[in-house]
Amino acid sequence: MSIKGKAYIGGIYEHPTRLATDKSLAMIHAEVAKGCLEDAGLSKDDVDAYFCAGDAPGLGPMSMADYMGLTKLKHFDSTDVGGSSYVVHVGHAAEAIALGKCKVALITLAGRPRAEGMATGTVPRSRGGSPTPDEPFEFPYGPTVVNMYGMAAMRHMHEFGTTSEQLAWIKVAASHHAQYNEHALLRDVVTVQDVVNSPMISDPLHRLDCCVITDGGGAILVVAPEIARSLKRPKVKIIGAAETTKNQMGGAVDLTYTGARYTGPASFAEAGVKPSDIKYASIYDSFTITVLMQLEDLGFCEKGKGGAFVSDGNLISGTGKLPFNTDGGGLCSNHPGNRGGLTKVLEAVRQVRGEAHPKVQVKNCDLALAHGTGGSLGSRHGSGTVILERE
Amino acid sequence: MAEKERKLPAAVTSPETEEYWAAAKEGKLLVKKCKSCGRTHHYPRSLCPYCFSDKTEWTTASGKGVLYSYSVMRRAPIPYALAYVTLAEGPTMMTNMVDCDFDKLKVGQAVKVVFKPTEGGGALPCFTPA
Ligand SMILES: [Zn+2]
Repeated sequence: MSIKGKAYIGGIYEHPTRLATDKSLAMIHAEVAKGCLEDAGLSKDDVDAYFCAGDAPGLGPMSMADYMGLTKLKHFDSTDVGGSSYVVHVGHAAEAIALGKCKVALITLAGRPRAEGMATGTVPRSRGGSPTPDEPFEFPYGPTVVNMYGMAAMRHMHEFGTTSEQLAWIKVAASHHAQYNEHALLRDVVTVQDVVNSPMISDPLHRLDCCVITDGGGAILVVAPEIARSLKRPKVKIIGAAETTKNQMGGAVDLTYTGARYTGPASFAEAGVKPSDIKYASIYDSFTITVLMQLEDLGFCEKGKGGAFVSDGNLISGTGKLPFNTDGGGLCSNHPGNRGGLTKVLEAVRQVRGEAHPKVQVKNCDLALAHGTGGSLGSRHGSGTVILERE
Repeated sequence: MAEKERKLPAAVTSPETEEYWAAAKEGKLLVKKCKSCGRTHHYPRSLCPYCFSDKTEWTTASGKGVLYSYSVMRRAPIPYALAYVTLAEGPTMMTNMVDCDFDKLKVGQAVKVVFKPTEGGGALPCFTPA
C-alpha cells in the first residue's frame, strides 16, 4: 500500500513574527492553526487529527487539544525527530488518511528561542533529566550545534575537496531569494566573499554559514481527497514520503552522508519520479553544509560533487537548474524554535500552488520536494522527505 | 596552546558504564568487544549494537588512533577542539584534541590518548598528536 495520491495539502500558514516577546508558546501554536484553517477555508471543528512535536508545551496533543479546543480528534501523533518532525508528520498524516483514520489533519510548530535569549548554536546543552545513553560520552567534550555540523563539513572537505567558497554559494542563493520576502530576518544580498570573510564560529563554518535564530511557527493541513476537492484552493497532492534515522553505528562513524541517502530514493520510488523531474526543492538549511550533503544524498548530484553543484548560482531561482528555499529558508528568513522542517514544506506548497513571490516563483512548478533533517549531522538525526505534485 | 583549560564536568555513570569511568581514572581507555561477532564498539553498551548479543566484554584499548574530524569552537570563552578519533581497535569516538596548536590539526594525523581531570576527581579520555 502506498500513500501516493491518497492525501493533499489543504492549507498552510506561516507566522510573520520573527521575535515573539509578546506571545506565549501555546498562543503561537493556536495562531498558526487558525491561519492555516482560514487558508483552507475550514473550521476548527473540521479537524479530526492533530500532529505536533517536542516544541509543543506539555504532553503535546493532549495539552494543545485542550488549549485550542479541538474536541473531534480521532488520531494524533507527537513523533519528535527535531526539525525534521513536521516533514515526517506530513507522511504520517497521509498514512492515517489513506487508512481512513481521519480526514483533516492539523500539524503545528511554534517556538520562541530568540525571545528566550537562548544561545542556540554555540553552548553545549545537556538535555537534563535522565541522560540519553550517548550523553555521558559526548557532553563533557562540548558538542554544540555548530561544532558538530563543523565536523561533518571538515570531513566532507577532507574526503571530497569541498571548499568554503562552494559552501558560501548556498548562503548567497538563499540571500538572493530572501530579498523578496518581507518577513525574512535577513534581506540583504550577500556575496561569496561576505560569507568567507564573516567571523569563524567553529571551523570550517563561518557566521554566514549558519542559519538565523528566530521565533515564529507555522501550520499545515493534510486532507483527504474528497476534502481537497471541496476546497477553493489549488490541489497539492502528496505522492511520496519517507523517513529514517541515521546514527553513529556503534562507532562506525561516517560523517559524509545523511539519512537522505535512504529517504530520497524511497520517496522518489513511491512517487514514481526522479530527481531530474523536480522543479523546486526545499532543503533543510541549518547550515550551508546541511544543504550540500542532503542534495548529494537525495540524488540531485553525485556524492562528493555537491560543491560544484551548488556553485555559480545553480540554486538561485531563474538562474540555476535547481531553485531551492525561495523564501530565504533558515539561512535568511526564519528557523522557528530551531526547527526548520515545517517551513520547508510551506514554501514547497507555495511553489506548487504558484503562490511564491513572483520574483522567485518557478515556472510551471508542478513537482516539488521538501526535505528535513532533525538532530545533528555530526552524531544522530532524523530525516524526512515528501514529494508534492500539482493536480 | 590555550593558556587556560576548560573545566570538564564529572562523568555521569550508570551500572552499564561505571567500569569505563573507573578505568579512565586509572589512565586506561576501555572499549567493549563482542564475543559473538568479534566487533568492538563505542560508546559502551551491554548488548552489542551490531548483533545484539549480550556476550560483550571490556578490553583495554591501545590508546592509539587517527583524527577522523574536528572543529575548533572559536566562540567559546576558552576555545577548544571537538573531535572524532578512530581508534586502532576500530570504533570512532567523540573526544577533544588537547595540548596542541589547534591551527596545526590535520584530519588523518596520528593521535594518542591522554587523560584530563574532571570535576569530582574523575578523568576524561582526550587525545593529543602522537
Ligand atoms: Zn556482536
